[in-house]
Amino acid sequence: MAMHDPHKQPSRTVLGLLLLASFTVITLDVRGDDFSPIEPLRSAVGEAFGPVEEVTATVVRPFEAVPGFFATTGSLREDLDRLEAENASLRGDLATSVVDRNRAAELDGLLESSSSTGYALVPARVIAMGPAQAFSRTVTIDAGTSSGVFPDLTVLNNDGLVGRVIRADRGTATVLLIVDAESVVGGRLGSSMEVGFLRGRGQAGNEGRLDLDLVDNAVTPGQDDILVTWGSKNGAPYVSGVPIGRVTAVYSSPRQLSKQAIIDPLVDFSSLDLVGVVVDGDAESDRTIIGAKSATGGRR
Amino acid sequence: MIAARALVVTFVITMAVVLQVSLFPYLAYDGVVPNLALLVVVASALVRGPEFAAALGFIAGLAIDLAPPADHIAGRWALALVVVGYLAGRVRHDARSSAIAAIIAVAASSFVGTSIFVLSGLVLSDPYVPAVEALRVVPVAVIFDVLLTPFVLPLMMRLFRRLEPHQVAY
Repeated sequence: MAMHDPHKQPSRTVLGLLLLASFTVITLDVRGDDFSPIEPLRSAVGEAFGPVEEVTATVVRPFEAVPGFFATTGSLREDLDRLEAENASLRGDLATSVVDRNRAAELDGLLESSSSTGYALVPARVIAMGPAQAFSRTVTIDAGTSSGVFPDLTVLNNDGLVGRVIRADRGTATVLLIVDAESVVGGRLGSSMEVGFLRGRGQAGNEGRLDLDLVDNAVTPGQDDILVTWGSKNGAPYVSGVPIGRVTAVYSSPRQLSKQAIIDPLVDFSSLDLVGVVVDGDAESDRTIIGAKSATGGRR
Repeated sequence: MIAARALVVTFVITMAVVLQVSLFPYLAYDGVVPNLALLVVVASALVRGPEFAAALGFIAGLAIDLAPPADHIAGRWALALVVVGYLAGRVRHDARSSAIAAIIAVAASSFVGTSIFVLSGLVLSDPYVPAVEALRVVPVAVIFDVLLTPFVLPLMMRLFRRLEPHQVAY
């Protein structure tokens, strides 16, 4: 009971032990790198939290449209209670139908991007986003190893490149967005076919931008030039030919030899919902792979 | 009885961590969301004192560190929330005296917690964060936590008070 005595100094031992435990976890994770002993723990927690996040995302998704219909409620305030009640239920229906319609449009877009790029896609929904306080731009999608999603696969949506899978559990996977400060993507300018490296700035909001360093310093990218992925060996982590963004500004500094450009990504990272993970056409998956038939095996 | 209490606390922490990544991104300002787990730890500190809150902070922090889509080095939020729980527990008699004092305690906790997380990231360079970006995010995080305090803190404090084991009268 001494613990509850308000005048007693709290024990330093507990604090010391807990601080030591925190430092131990950090050290284990830093030292281990890719084979960190924390990794099994991480995937175990991922297996446990994945389904909970999935359920929560399903429950809260209809409310996504809530801020949108506050605009129309102002004029309805004077209406009778009965009308308001009726209205509320109608608005609920409308909100979900708007969400459904948007989702159908996104799915159409995804189908289209699958047929235009020739890649086979596993469709997935974004169920969780990392907070900005964590300073790493990652999202969780509801497809995992059971759907054929594995680390180092390209993720895109109907607008363009989203990112790559960095970790996959059975039912969920974590995607590193290209706007993350640690993300580097090989890009190719649509007009001149010149290659360069794209780095994220770590901001996902409306001012989310990417910095492009061109390999050839004699090339000046044009305004509104489209940038596509350059692609890597065996399509991992990025397949080639996926649109990334548009050139908005070009500058060169005396410190650096190459020209630099600022790229506005085509994807709106603050409202990510339906995405596609590029997989092998004949990959094993428990959900329908979009464009699996049209993709010929040799396209990867 | 102890098992039931542990179960309730586990449920509360799980919900706090999950809502933080699944619900609040829709309400986020520039990607910054309120730190619900931190509010739970502060509430437990105000009711139960530093030892309990530091232990809870360690568990809650580890949950944030490991639950997807987290990708930073594990243990950083655990460290931050242990310190937050301990400090909030130390000042709990002053912080419980009025609503304003409680809000100041939350603001200070949020500032300390997010700052420790940012500083540990700078030390470990994981991920590389420009100082400007950090300075932009920390105040927004503090304001968000304070805004959410009236809704979460009284509820959580009542919960922890009910979970408190009965004390033996001398």
